Amino acid sequence: METISTDVAIIGAGGAGLRTAIALAEADPKLRIALISKVYPMRSHTCAAEGGAAGVIKPDDSFDLHFDDTVGGGDWLSDQDCVEYFIHEAPKELLQLEHWGCPWNREPDGSVAVRPFGGMKKKRTWFAADKSGFHILHTLFQTSLQFDSITRFDEYYALDLLVDDGRCQGVTAMEMRSGQLRQFHAKAVIIAGGGAGRMFPFSTNGAIKTGDGMAMAYRAGAPLKDMEFVQYHPTGLPNTGSLLTEACRGEGGILLNKNGRRYLQDYGMGPETPVGQPQLKTMELGPRDRVSQAYWHELQKGNTVSTQWGECVMLDMRHLGEKKINERLPLVRELAASYLGVDIVKDPVPIRPVVHYMMGGISTNTQAATPLPGLFAAGECACVSLNGANRLGSNSLVELLVFGRRAALSALEHIQGLPAANTTALNALAEETQQRIRTLFSRTDGTESMSGLRKEMMDTMEKNAGIYRTEEGLQEGVAKIHELRERYGRVILTDRTNVFNTDLFQALELGSMLDCAEAVTVGALARKESRGAHQRLDFPERDDKNYLRHTMVYHQGLDAPRVDYLDVVITKSPPGVRDYSGDHK
Amino acid sequence: MSKPLIREVPPTSWYFRHPRYLRYMAREITSLFIGAYCVFLVFAMHSLAAGPSSYEAFLLTLRSPASIAFHVLALVAALYHAATWFNATQKAMPIQLGEEFVPGNLISGAHYLAWAVLSIAILFLAGVF
Amino acid sequence: MKERLVQLEVLRYNPDTDTTAHFQRYEVSCPEEGVVLDALNKIKETIDPTLNYRWSCHMAVCGSCGMMINGEPKLSCHAFLREYDGVIRVEPLAHFPVERDLVTAPDDFIEKLKRVKPYLIPKAPKPISEGEYLQTPAQLKKYHRFTLCINCMLCYAACPEYGLTPKFIGPAAISLAHRYNLDSRDGGRDARQEVIASKEGVWECTFVGACSEVCPVHVDPASALQQVKIASSIDWIKEHLLPGGGK
Repeated sequence: METISTDVAIIGAGGAGLRTAIALAEADPKLRIALISKVYPMRSHTCAAEGGAAGVIKPDDSFDLHFDDTVGGGDWLSDQDCVEYFIHEAPKELLQLEHWGCPWNREPDGSVAVRPFGGMKKKRTWFAADKSGFHILHTLFQTSLQFDSITRFDEYYALDLLVDDGRCQGVTAMEMRSGQLRQFHAKAVIIAGGGAGRMFPFSTNGAIKTGDGMAMAYRAGAPLKDMEFVQYHPTGLPNTGSLLTEACRGEGGILLNKNGRRYLQDYGMGPETPVGQPQLKTMELGPRDRVSQAYWHELQKGNTVSTQWGECVMLDMRHLGEKKINERLPLVRELAASYLGVDIVKDPVPIRPVVHYMMGGISTNTQAATPLPGLFAAGECACVSLNGANRLGSNSLVELLVFGRRAALSALEHIQGLPAANTTALNALAEETQQRIRTLFSRTDGTESMSGLRKEMMDTMEKNAGIYRTEEGLQEGVAKIHELRERYGRVILTDRTNVFNTDLFQALELGSMLDCAEAVTVGALARKESRGAHQRLDFPERDDKNYLRHTMVYHQGLDAPRVDYLDVVITKSPPGVRDYSGDHK
Repeated sequence: MSKPLIREVPPTSWYFRHPRYLRYMAREITSLFIGAYCVFLVFAMHSLAAGPSSYEAFLLTLRSPASIAFHVLALVAALYHAATWFNATQKAMPIQLGEEFVPGNLISGAHYLAWAVLSIAILFLAGVF
Repeated sequence: MKERLVQLEVLRYNPDTDTTAHFQRYEVSCPEEGVVLDALNKIKETIDPTLNYRWSCHMAVCGSCGMMINGEPKLSCHAFLREYDGVIRVEPLAHFPVERDLVTAPDDFIEKLKRVKPYLIPKAPKPISEGEYLQTPAQLKKYHRFTLCINCMLCYAACPEYGLTPKFIGPAAISLAHRYNLDSRDGGRDARQEVIASKEGVWECTFVGACSEVCPVHVDPASALQQVKIASSIDWIKEHLLPGGGK
């Protein structure tokens, strides 16, 4: 097996991975950086983020307000020292992107423009039309091209972390083009592998978001934190699940049920605001968890609209007018027209909540370090505890910048004066990966089909770990995922050739998703309260006495995982009431 | 070990693959007629310089069916070539006034207009009107 | 949701087992408003797990799923079944080596992208602490269209010049260089000219215009290339014909 020696290996080349790589290259031009990704960088799912990125820049805004919005939006499950660090770094990172050429929308005077977003008290979301993530990703990718010290390994599927002497010292990966395994020996490894939304059948996430990075860390002994918090975005296209950005509502779009009523006013987000005059942090600009949950209640009451794509509510943007829609929401208009045949200038568009984002992930501290020495993580795959129980829209694009950079700095610190690696031990570990793949590859007595297992997993997650959860449903979910993980040991490939074998990669991705699904269901079963995106019908109240703490799930092979807890860091904002009734109580 | 498959582009027949390539080739071929007409003009000047009898003979050949056919073809080619050129101007020379770009049709339209005005002026000078 | 029967004829090639490519016929039922990618996914899930192609976002922004559909370069997630009758012929993106089935090797494009220096080279560098570079909406609009490139490479598959002369830098890479040249914050045009204004750069382009016709996000690369030609010609005239090199 070929060995590639490097100083830092980064797994994932989306927004977080690229930001990390650039930060490393800038800090020390002599550093050898390996950027490993199963897709070319510009295919990473950062490109699909639409609305924008939050950072305090305008004179009417303040760090305290961004802090309060984030902590309240996260239902007090955010670590407040982390939030503090984040809000101060956010504007610097967004300015850095501006200096790298990101085409942010502008005010007439040439300064950066900001737009309103759900759950935010002030306009503070920087945006590039409704393709903010796309522009951030491409700006980072293009900027990274000027650093020769960044060696990209595009279309290398990372498999296992190499952990020896109690610290992470590398990773194995398969070159997809040849099917050949490689081992990367590195002084530090940074995982920036994105979320795992594809474990659900209906998701805004691209096909690549299968939690490989999370599962890799989990298998290597690092805990997954707060995995039960899965964000539903309130406005997805009902057939493809494609995202219609929160900016639709930020710009003034309204949500209607079948009776034409702006039903959010019935769920603690009223009273009604005038159409076309969106007010911050109320009605349609409530936080995502509340708005998605309101849909579920409308569905129970029979107030949703029956369409050929299932039960929907209507997002009405007609009053915004064609000019504003073209200028600020061109992608949304195109998506609705192409995939649903609806012109949002002329008609309301049917939408429904769709799985969007994992608040949980690899447990990291404010330095982006995991409990496993030498292993760092940033972006959606990490849980640095910024987002708590519910992420505010437009915080995640900034999160990957702030903590991508932070991970780079921490890794730099870590690699100073490390003892030499025991290459014999690392080679032996890599050989284990080789064996694992060989077993999967050459198994002929398997009985389980990959697509069959995947469908059962998705159905289980939707049925038992959706917007509202119950003890009974979660017990069923935990048992079923456990069964599926066991059956996964008998999965059989149809394709046994070497070159770009997506049958093999989909099987490996399924393994990753099952590991993540286990952490989601187990965490959700253990959390007997309702907080943010985790809503239990049998425990409808938040329980700060018992659950103002993070769920930590530890991998135990095929056995049930170990669940532990970690206290939430509270510095200045004691748990309070989340109020989205606006200024006009 | 991996042997990528190279699907060669047929060097002499690729433009049959799609109508847009045929349109492109048509545009390129029009330049042959424009070139031929230039040669023809040089020839006309030469016969004019050689004296009245030479010029008379030249005018006579102009009336032959082959000559008329060539002129008609050359005119069609020139018109088509000019149209593709004018249509291209909006892509090659976009004009931004304030924030907005001037609509492309306006830029191309201005070229058509200028063409018409110049043509009328030349015809006027030639004594047609 | 109404379904319809879709017939696909897909080019298959596996270097491990094949010496040449062949077409394989599939028949699947798909929602009427579906796209070719949905049909491929259904085939992979229910008929033939050995079929290989790239895809991710299913919303025409990641640029993974470019392929030739009935001879036209398309994103398969944006190729609507309602627009096709009869058997749909699906082939890998033209002008790129085929790794396997519908998966092509984009190495050449990636290498060219790097050569054109598609990043901001600031005209007047300043530290982050001094805030943003001011840029009016009009200055933004000047280059904005050329920022929209998703690197899907459909324009390379449509460009006969690239097919015949592979050293041509090509539409997407030159458009991106032009995007930075037009940016009011940028001062790197001279550094990019060496590549984009060379023989392998814009002067290889004969303005077929196919790139702009197939671009799924309306970047209009043909426009960018013609603009570069004009600007480069003006440079040449200034340098060679004006007294003092136009300085």
